Amino acid sequence: MNNARRSYFLITTTCFGIAFLYVPMILLVLYSFNKSRIVPVWGGFSTKWYGVLFESEEVWEAVGLSLKVATVNATFAMLLGTLAGLALVRFGRFRGRTLFTGMITAPLVMPEVITGLSLLLLFITLKEFIGWPDQRGFTTITIAHITFSMAYVAVIIQSRLAGMAQDLEEAAQDLGAKPFRVLTDITLPLLAPGMLAGWLLAFTLSLDDLIIASFVTGPGAVTLPILIYSRIRLGLRPDINALATIIILVVAIGVLVAAWIMFRQQKQRELELKMSEEA
Amino acid sequence: MSTPAEAVTTTEAGPKARILHRLMRLAQDRWRTLVLLVPFAWLLLFFLAPFFIVLKISLAETVIASPPFTPMIEWIDDGIMHIRVVIDNFAYLWEDDLYAKTYLNSLKISSISTILCLLVGYPMAYAIVRANHTTKHVLLMLVILPFWTSFLLRVYAWMGLLADQGTINNLLIAIGIIDEPMRMLYTPFAVYVGIVYTYVPFMILPLYANMEKLDWTLLEAAADLGARPITTFFTVTLPMTMPGIIAGSLLVFIPATGEYVIPDLLGGGNVLMIGRVLYNEFNANIDWPVASAVAIALLLVLVLPMMLYQHIQAKETEAE
Repeated sequence: MNNARRSYFLITTTCFGIAFLYVPMILLVLYSFNKSRIVPVWGGFSTKWYGVLFESEEVWEAVGLSLKVATVNATFAMLLGTLAGLALVRFGRFRGRTLFTGMITAPLVMPEVITGLSLLLLFITLKEFIGWPDQRGFTTITIAHITFSMAYVAVIIQSRLAGMAQDLEEAAQDLGAKPFRVLTDITLPLLAPGMLAGWLLAFTLSLDDLIIASFVTGPGAVTLPILIYSRIRLGLRPDINALATIIILVVAIGVLVAAWIMFRQQKQRELELKMSEEA
Repeated sequence: MSTPAEAVTTTEAGPKARILHRLMRLAQDRWRTLVLLVPFAWLLLFFLAPFFIVLKISLAETVIASPPFTPMIEWIDDGIMHIRVVIDNFAYLWEDDLYAKTYLNSLKISSISTILCLLVGYPMAYAIVRANHTTKHVLLMLVILPFWTSFLLRVYAWMGLLADQGTINNLLIAIGIIDEPMRMLYTPFAVYVGIVYTYVPFMILPLYANMEKLDWTLLEAAADLGARPITTFFTVTLPMTMPGIIAGSLLVFIPATGEYVIPDLLGGGNVLMIGRVLYNEFNANIDWPVASAVAIALLLVLVLPMMLYQHIQAKETEAE
């Protein structure tokens, strides 16, 4: 009886929790099809706000810049984060390890206003002394994003490496492969799914960042979050609802596809395991 | 290290190939150093160095110039170095009530939000862990999905819900529960809702990761030994899940304390939070030294929770 009551409680809270997470987003989508200019007052169905959104050149430019920053950021963050993760798990003790671990975990929880302010002051100081970066914009935003994204990638790689059996690496070593060969031929291919996950995470983190980008950007470089923020500060806008709907749609499709691929891979692995057992 | 046979082939191949070979060797022998050096150098330059610059500027005086602060080190005519350190900015933070109040208010809001996140997130994480295989994966995906969509737009969604003419007020008036719209947007209430809404996945995921590794037969053992569910919860479940509770709470508490977007969009001018003061001090008042001092003071407040979080992370990876 107690068990039944407990599971009843758990099911209710979970349903409420999921509803709490999703109802606001569903409303956001619904109101994007509202004819009325006043967002939460329904005035009939219309898709005109999508037209308004697509006609805006500002929006296209911001989307372009954000995607460019996110792609370059994700690629560099994946490389640097993988190296950092490898060093943390496989190198044992080395000089400066505590400092290194600190610099990897701190960006995960550092308030964005502090990271943003400090990076901007660094760029200004660098410009004063070495004349670079002469203009803030794409480059400075990307560098700032790499700095915090690589920490997330490092954490993913770290947990993958820690959970990975070392027997393949040891086998290669026993067969005479040098450590470098083991890294390039065994460890990195095994890490590939983790690196891909890191790339995707770094990509979305970059697309999502408002604060750090607004600190380190310069005149003319407007990312999508900066544009959205400048518009919603003044109140609700139906065209932003339309934009939100598109973003939610893209993310939902992406996550579903990723889940499907993962599901199929797992099925495949189970099948292979079964076959090898039978053989 | 090179065998005699290898040495012979390289000398025969000429100097260019020899240099190339040397470089390859260097990469092979020194790759560990390179693997470490690249990310290490990046973080030193772009993560650690900036903090020293913030510290340096927080010790300068505000001047109307470009850059708008006084230099720390000046060279006077005869090569005499003049070091100027001003603690006025920190004294100013200390003396002006506004800053103390803002710091305390930020800590209050982030603490209460953390507890609210825990109250919402704990039963959810528990339910996800105890669910059957398929449900578990669906629920986990549902919790993670909002995290991949825009943070800014999720806060914006609540502007539409909480506004005077927003969905909640319209609904309540339509049902007849209230006659006039309640003021919800631009109040502390809206800030709490916004923080809990956007940060609750950060609470659920570490709790889930912790709970999944637990030995649940211990609960059955407790029940078999006659413990009532409530006793089991407080003596077995809660202590076992404590690492997850602490990790999740820190992941909510630390960033929430410095939050800018939520108090700005949902709290308006009515809710004082330190992240917002820092942003405005820098961008609107262009007072870099005071903004830097605010940042350093915020960092001092958060350094203990941050170290605790790092300690837990390190222990977690070692355990794996």
